[in-house]
Amino acid sequence: MSFDDIKLLLTQKFGDDVITGEERTGLQPALLINPDRIVEVCLELRNNPKTYFDFLSCLTGMDYGLEAGRFGVVYHLSSIPYHLQLTLKISRENDRSEDNLPSFPSVTSVYRTADWHEREAYDLLGIFFEGHPDLRRILLPDDWEGFPLRKDYVAAEYYKGIKVD
Amino acid sequence: METISKYNNALQHYQQKISDAAVEDMVLNMGPQHPSTHGVLRLELITDGEIVKEVIPHIGYLHRCFEKHAESLTYQQTIPFTDRLDYLASMNNSHAWVMGVEKMLGIDKDIPKRIEYIRVLVCELNRIASHLIAIGTYGIDIGAFTPFLWCFRDREHIMGMLEWASGSRMLYNYIWVGGLFYDLPVGFEERCREFVDYFKPKMVELNQLLTDNQIFISRTANVGVLPMDVAINYGCSGPVLRGSGLKYDLRRIDNYSVYPELEFDIPVGKGEMGTKGDCWDRYKVRVDEIQQSLHIVEQCLNRLQKELKRTPDFDPRAKLPRKLTPKVQDYYARCEGAKGELGFYFVHNNERSEIPFRGKVRGPSFNNLSVLPELGKNVMIADLVAIIGSLDFVLGEVDR
Repeated sequence: MSFDDIKLLLTQKFGDDVITGEERTGLQPALLINPDRIVEVCLELRNNPKTYFDFLSCLTGMDYGLEAGRFGVVYHLSSIPYHLQLTLKISRENDRSEDNLPSFPSVTSVYRTADWHEREAYDLLGIFFEGHPDLRRILLPDDWEGFPLRKDYVAAEYYKGIKVD
Repeated sequence: METISKYNNALQHYQQKISDAAVEDMVLNMGPQHPSTHGVLRLELITDGEIVKEVIPHIGYLHRCFEKHAESLTYQQTIPFTDRLDYLASMNNSHAWVMGVEKMLGIDKDIPKRIEYIRVLVCELNRIASHLIAIGTYGIDIGAFTPFLWCFRDREHIMGMLEWASGSRMLYNYIWVGGLFYDLPVGFEERCREFVDYFKPKMVELNQLLTDNQIFISRTANVGVLPMDVAINYGCSGPVLRGSGLKYDLRRIDNYSVYPELEFDIPVGKGEMGTKGDCWDRYKVRVDEIQQSLHIVEQCLNRLQKELKRTPDFDPRAKLPRKLTPKVQDYYARCEGAKGELGFYFVHNNERSEIPFRGKVRGPSFNNLSVLPELGKNVMIADLVAIIGSLDFVLGEVDR
């Protein structure tokens, strides 16, 4: 199945508003998906016998920079029976304030591997995943302040009263 | 803290669970300095007597901010950092990184054949070394001491050879974008062939000692059975996924580098000693993969000694690009590392910059380890040790 076939399949099933755009500049084309519908899209792509995207290769949290003011998640799906690869992207605008984290639906109900990947995205970029069963920090300590992979992150001078050189 | 209570919910829930469990059951900390956790991994076990009711892994003790570093260093400068991800198979890591960058630059077809063969040769040697550690330390987890010493003895030959080629024992920085650090030293091929001839009978001995050992089989067969669909859903790859019976190897699926020209089989778990996907199957897949890697090494040596012979004017740095400035794009490069699907996701957004906007690592060990809470439900504590060993993760790659 080609990229266009997958796009057609999704628009036929869910209507036109599910795909908000596409990127074809690089080597791997990507579909931009409406963030609210990512779970249905993933479920359909996984279960449809024509695609069987049963393997979530990678889930990446993205901070698109201070000027863009956007946060996003990139999903790299892979279909083991058909040897296909597909990139899905979702993104939302956000004002970077501490009590308003960018929030996306969690795909752990479709791919269990997303569990730890989403925890990592939450830990390092401060992206909140609704419906995640256990969204704690994973790599950093629980009392860490700030999200280090954000583009505006400034390393703390003190950690628990100890000066960081 | 109170303002973001919605975001803290899970943490409070977890703390509540641990304090509740401490009343009824016992909470046992395994690690971070436990020898069978293969590094600094801490497992919080909620146990009822000898039975493990729940496993809660805590990782991050070895977090070295790889992704943050990747955002501030050029593509070439990051290669030594990739070596430190899976430090037991450094060559495979830098190979994956370098192939991704070459693909983005569009020079992946211009790499001379000799360089490609040398890359595959050192990667497969490194894969053997990594699997030897997996097998040896697995033996010691189960209580067999001798295989550990034997595996380390044989691995030392590979370490010595790779040190000869690159100058370093474990962290090589040998594969560069567009070429290699140096050509192979004179006499490397002969030494490597000597090693292959030496090593083959040693594998037979190792199989007699460990693979067919009745005590070892009793400890590993029918333990930690991972069904194929669960393995796929948890994103397991490499020997863990193949141990569950799926013939899935990116060296064959993606046909990258010179693997299409090489002949090798993909070993899968068959459930010979118990159930398909048990610890013994995962172990056996690694043993069989060593045999296949030896086969690949021999084929590479044949080519390198015949039609791709060393010539005095051959310069492995001749094709190094002067500036590593890919076009604006994002690219997910994946390849079969020693532990499974190793992926690098590059986001490049500035045509004149040599630094990626974002670099993300998909470590195979990270995903393979995430299946542990599922596998570790309602098993004996001693079996949990067998399960951990059979997953063969490296904490350097889990924590990055």
